[in-house]
Amino acid sequence: MTTPLDGNALGGALGELFTVDITAAIARCAGCQHTGPVAELVVYASAPGTIARCPSCDQVLVRLVRSPDRAWLDLRGVSVIELAVPSPA
Amino acid sequence: MARAAVLGRLTWHVGTVRAVRAETPWARTIVLDVPGWPGHLAGQHVDVRLTAPDGYQAQRSYSIASAADGERVELTVELVPDGEVSPYLVSVLEVGDLLELRGPVGGWFVWRPGTPDPVLLVAGGSGLVPLMAMLRTRAASGSAAPFHLLYSVREPAAALYADELPTLGVPVSYLFTRRTPPGTRRPIGRISLLDLPAGFTPDRHPSVYACGPTGFVEAAADLLTTAGHDAQRIRTERFGPTGGNP
Repeated sequence: MTTPLDGNALGGALGELFTVDITAAIARCAGCQHTGPVAELVVYASAPGTIARCPSCDQVLVRLVRSPDRAWLDLRGVSVIELAVPSPA
Repeated sequence: MARAAVLGRLTWHVGTVRAVRAETPWARTIVLDVPGWPGHLAGQHVDVRLTAPDGYQAQRSYSIASAADGERVELTVELVPDGEVSPYLVSVLEVGDLLELRGPVGGWFVWRPGTPDPVLLVAGGSGLVPLMAMLRTRAASGSAAPFHLLYSVREPAAALYADELPTLGVPVSYLFTRRTPPGTRRPIGRISLLDLPAGFTPDRHPSVYACGPTGFVEAAADLLTTAGHDAQRIRTERFGPTGGNP
């Protein structure tokens, strides 16, 4: 069985798509409402796509598939994501 | 610098190997010059991508071992037997070779100098690498934050940075899991409640950083919450299967 990683491993792939760090973002699971940092999601990265699951209820929160010049990002398992954004000066 | 290290979209860089250093028979440090490197925070990692002549690509994450130092980046890589990427990095890559990397990655598993709270570092095997960046950054910044390192490793020969760790001004507890040096008082075995250091008890509200193979990190985090540490103060990073022989 594949040993999972955690949400820290999503930082590189999602960091190509977003300008803020996603690992420190707070995500709420649309299934059980568990709320915590993306870094603590359970990540399976060895499949053709990358899957991140809720550490509490195992629901799929993130699915990411890449080709050389496209990304498909399914976030339907996340109900809210809270991001730190730089404050003006 | 710190701002640049956490803001803006990540891109792939091409680094040149300037030096390699054997750390143990199973691990080595790769010193890279990376033009355009924006700097990094202690605890961040990079994604390394290898491309075969037929175009096949394999990608893995490796923690940065060094404190921020211009365009210089050091990675310490431990061999994963039957691994796809680490055998190349540990045994084949040479000075002068180019390496593709994306980073610096991560704003969660990081320690920032200037944070005064006590810090308990918990390393399993090569999970020491990002914690070493924190220790080096602490030393370079003159931080007075109290630190303690718990380092679980299978035997003395597999211990990383054995010469440097005693010079960093931070107490280190070695937790050997397979073989100990002669005269060691602690019995061989995995991390337990008895290993948690005085001075870093939950009432002192230390920040905890635990990194290692997934099983080790789960066990360490469970142990710390059992001991009364606030789960919100425990930051973890899991790198999947263990390196080396278990």
